[in-house]
Amino acid sequence: MPEITAAMQPSLRSLYRLQWEEAQQAWVLLYPEGMVRLNVPAAEILKRCDGKNDVAGVIGDLERSFGATDLAGDVYEFLTEAAGRGWIEFAR
Amino acid sequence: MAGSNSPADPSQRSQPRPPLWLLAELTYRCPLHCVYCSNPLDFASVQDELSTEEWKRVFREARALGAVQLGLSGGEPLLRDDLSELVAEAHALGFYSNLITSGVGLNEKRTAELKSAGLDHIQVSFQDSTKEVNDFLSSTRTFDLKLDVARLVKRHGYPMVLNVVLTRLNIDHIDRIIEMAIALEADFVELANAQYYGWAYLNRDQLLPTREQIEHAERVTREYRAKLEGRMKLFFVVPDYYADRPKACMNGWGSVFLSVAPDGLALPCQAARMLPGIAFPSVRRSSVREIWNESPAFNAYRGEGWMREPCRTCPERTKDFGGCRCQAYMLTGEAANADPVCSLSPHHALIADAVAAAQRPRAPVPRPLVFRERRASLSRSRNA
Repeated sequence: MPEITAAMQPSLRSLYRLQWEEAQQAWVLLYPEGMVRLNVPAAEILKRCDGKNDVAGVIGDLERSFGATDLAGDVYEFLTEAAGRGWIEFAR
Repeated sequence: MAGSNSPADPSQRSQPRPPLWLLAELTYRCPLHCVYCSNPLDFASVQDELSTEEWKRVFREARALGAVQLGLSGGEPLLRDDLSELVAEAHALGFYSNLITSGVGLNEKRTAELKSAGLDHIQVSFQDSTKEVNDFLSSTRTFDLKLDVARLVKRHGYPMVLNVVLTRLNIDHIDRIIEMAIALEADFVELANAQYYGWAYLNRDQLLPTREQIEHAERVTREYRAKLEGRMKLFFVVPDYYADRPKACMNGWGSVFLSVAPDGLALPCQAARMLPGIAFPSVRRSSVREIWNESPAFNAYRGEGWMREPCRTCPERTKDFGGCRCQAYMLTGEAANADPVCSLSPHHALIADAVAAAQRPRAPVPRPLVFRERRASLSRSRNA
């Protein structure tokens, strides 16, 4: 797996669907015959993986939305894991 | 106020967590006759399928309760002429819809129609990677057709899962099965050792693989898994007969899984219909919410209160829930017993003997396989 860089544009692979589930009070990732329940940070990152934002943009948007700084480390870590699981792909 | 806390007050009983899965077995009709079919032996006596409107109501009620994964299965679900209409309803409700099919009945027009109705995924079954064995095990000439259908599914942009049930008759083809899946560009592959219920149980002695066969298949799968990382996911479902502990069947009875049979019977798993003494409720007479939350059938094996020894005090009971109630019933005659797959079960010899028999060479003239077909089913029906 190539290293993730700031200019890469992550998007959810077409195999997956991100959806809010009222009954579970959680965002879930749906795929053939399966489902992953996401925690809040994971969902907030994935919502921004729209194929238009680059990684730097995702980080900037999250930091503005949540009045936080220094989220880069967490975002890189999560995106690496998500790519490893096959949830997201990148354009650059 | 104090009085309302009495445990007898149903309004105070804790509600079970909602179902996440709805398996809609739309019909038991099927053009295939697979020797390991999971449908009940007496499928042919089940008449009077739910109507389009009845299924839509079941979808709405299950979705409102929290179900989000929908399996459209059977039998062969493509035999329902209203499939696209049902898919459209499921899509509008926000289900992730999975069509679980033999592929028979899927053509260009229907594939496109289902896509525009919002179908999310198609699982195509193969019986083997060779025409001879595929066609033998299903007692049909369907192998070439299945290859065409798999290509059609990918051409229309669906995620595709390829499912192959493994038995001693095809498990040694594991490498060719995976190669076939690669060639067909499957996204996931389920290498599912047969679960010995229904027709598979009837044919168990002819179908159960040897230990050596299973170890070989696991080794080959591991090698391919490393090679295919990030491209294609391989799931290998281990046969529970060769495990030391039972599977966490359905993640627990009435825990996440709701199955509705073609005639509207609501079941905690497809096989549960065989259990005697449980009046399974029908979606024709009760709402899905009542069935899930209140029915004695869905509460029968929830939690731990029903457990006996060795499960009752076992530290692993929260992990495997005592295994499978249907398997306990089939083999020991009592659904509340520990699943005999467990080496701690006093009935474990029933499994150990079947496994030992599987290691011996086959008799020169083996017992014939019983194919899943109407006449064989009717002769096994209670009302026959």
